[in-house]
Amino acid sequence: MTITRRKTLLLGAGAALALSVPFGVAQAATVDEAIATFTGGAEATEGGISISAPEIAENGNTVPISVTAEGAASVMILATGNPNAEVATFNFGPLAGSRTASTRIRLAQTQEVVAVAKMEDGSFRRANATVKVTIGGCGG
Amino acid sequence: MISRRDFLQVAMAASAITGVSGIGNWSRLAAQQVLSQEDLLRFETTGNVTLVHVTDIHAQLTPIWFREPTVNIGVGSNAGLPPHVTGADFLKMFNVAPGTASAYALTDQDFAALAGTYGKMGGLDRVSTVINAIRADRPDAILLDGGDTWQGSMTALRTNGQDMVNVLNALKPDAMTSHWEFTLGLDRVNEIVEGLPFPFLGANIFDAEWDEPAYEPYTMIDRGGVQVAVIGQAFPYLPIANPKWMFPNLSFGIREERMAEVVAEVRDAGAELVVLLSHNGFDVDRKLAANVPGIDVILTGHTHDALPEPVQVGSTLLIASGSHGKFVTRLDLDVQAGAVKGFQHKLIPIFSDVIAPDPTVAQLITDQRAPYQAELTEVLGQSDGTLYRRGNFNGTWDDLLCNALIEEREADIALSPGFRWGPSLIPGADITREDLFGATAMSYPNAYRTEMTGEMLHTILEDVADNLFNPDPYYQQGGDMVRVGGMGYRIDVTKPQGSRITEMTLLKTGEAIDPARSYVVAGWASVNEGTEGPPIWDVAEAYIRRKGTVSIDPNATVKVAGI
Repeated sequence: MTITRRKTLLLGAGAALALSVPFGVAQAATVDEAIATFTGGAEATEGGISISAPEIAENGNTVPISVTAEGAASVMILATGNPNAEVATFNFGPLAGSRTASTRIRLAQTQEVVAVAKMEDGSFRRANATVKVTIGGCGG
Repeated sequence: MISRRDFLQVAMAASAITGVSGIGNWSRLAAQQVLSQEDLLRFETTGNVTLVHVTDIHAQLTPIWFREPTVNIGVGSNAGLPPHVTGADFLKMFNVAPGTASAYALTDQDFAALAGTYGKMGGLDRVSTVINAIRADRPDAILLDGGDTWQGSMTALRTNGQDMVNVLNALKPDAMTSHWEFTLGLDRVNEIVEGLPFPFLGANIFDAEWDEPAYEPYTMIDRGGVQVAVIGQAFPYLPIANPKWMFPNLSFGIREERMAEVVAEVRDAGAELVVLLSHNGFDVDRKLAANVPGIDVILTGHTHDALPEPVQVGSTLLIASGSHGKFVTRLDLDVQAGAVKGFQHKLIPIFSDVIAPDPTVAQLITDQRAPYQAELTEVLGQSDGTLYRRGNFNGTWDDLLCNALIEEREADIALSPGFRWGPSLIPGADITREDLFGATAMSYPNAYRTEMTGEMLHTILEDVADNLFNPDPYYQQGGDMVRVGGMGYRIDVTKPQGSRITEMTLLKTGEAIDPARSYVVAGWASVNEGTEGPPIWDVAEAYIRRKGTVSIDPNATVKVAGI
């Protein structure tokens, strides 16, 4: 097919093609491995940690994510559908007032964002949020 | 205490004609004698606060026909619940007799025949009469506009929304929220907002760079000795569903936590009644009401649903007031010691031949339209069937646009966006330029022509389908399915994204769509900046003029499964 000056449309649709690429077994293993390394194999339970993220990303290249886990010593954020799942790990000192970390991450496709917190008592907590990356354009 | 009986009360019973079965052959005049303005306005004034709600007017200053959807599927926990009940099922659920004025106003049943009997609906001069009557009864009634007000007509397009601003100002709203307003461009929105004599609310509108609120989140109104907080919520997915380059640096989103914070803030500030003026869409509001405590009333919008009764979620009342000026909701509330003790509700249908126009507003509307009168009234052709848009998969207006795109632009396949706005036309009616703009008037109308592979087309259809049929309403965008011309497909609404759409077929050959092959695709309303092509109304006008009389075959190209 010819690329014409209507490339903007093609670019938009091309970006969407990423949606149809499922993330494979290798990626899933990498995510589990990264979590296992962080927790030392301990189980991470639900609760005590929350992720704030848009349900649908306005711009997949810069998605605002915020994680709060009171009593956390460190928090790891993973984008499970990205080529490299590990996004960041935030460490909180004992004098940290609020155990909240905010950042902006790039998401290649619709995926689960996972946050795992290591608590000061040595336990681990985990939360997920689905962020949809969409072509858009037909609402209303 | 809100009783179940209150919810079962069919508020529109007042407008139902008794003793009529089937389609009447009365003249408009007979209908007028039976349906009276007095009947439509009759209301048992209750409590100490009156809310008046209009929403999704889509720039319709004058009366229109508007056919409600035949297909409006709910998925997940919303399956089978209003507003996902249509046609005969709707009539049964709300105890409305077929052939009545209420049946005509609220469903698609016998639409063309009943349109002949009961006439056009809406017109902001009639809406003004209703508002004036409510204010005569309850002088401090609160009028709230749910947005999608400044877009949808040729005059709104040509005046950048000024005609609507002028007429709405005359109705004296207390607040509004927004969606399509932003497609006028950020500078124009801010220019209008600076001059508005009432607040433009959006608790979920943020500066994207600094993550700070960009517009007022709420307004406090002291009425009848009651502190009423009105919180605004703009359409959450504006930068995704509409061109974000038109309002750079604004971020929206549902922001449920933010809403909970704002509700707590207004309660702390002394609000005894918390009203959410929302453009979320009905299912999103139903979930929000369940998750965010402390909201007494949600005035819903965006999804264009008209419900004759409130839907209750916990202690929150959800109100759905229709679209295009077709209805006005009056909600009287008895607020005592910070709690709603009782209410009366009525969805008032604006039968334009029954409700007398307010002469002042009628003149104002005439003035707005005067410079464009010749253009508006020019007849382009005729339609031998009903032209309508609303419905999940297709409507005859979009079939017309898709046919025009394929023939005028020599394409294999046409795509027309799943908008929910646009009035209807009845069989035999002239298609005027105003009618065509009613289905197309917006600020990014360029009809593109490009090539797409079968795989790309599949990805697009799957993406849009998930915006409509994701079982979690927070992942929906509130439009209908993209309309497709020249290609058929099967959709299973219960499947996850990526496996809903199958059996894509090129209609002109009957062959299956090849994922690897390229097809010539024509469409309009791309959200991408710099999209090239003639405006869709020029493409459609050429088609209509060439045809003279437009005939749209029944559309059987989309096979729907899973319902």
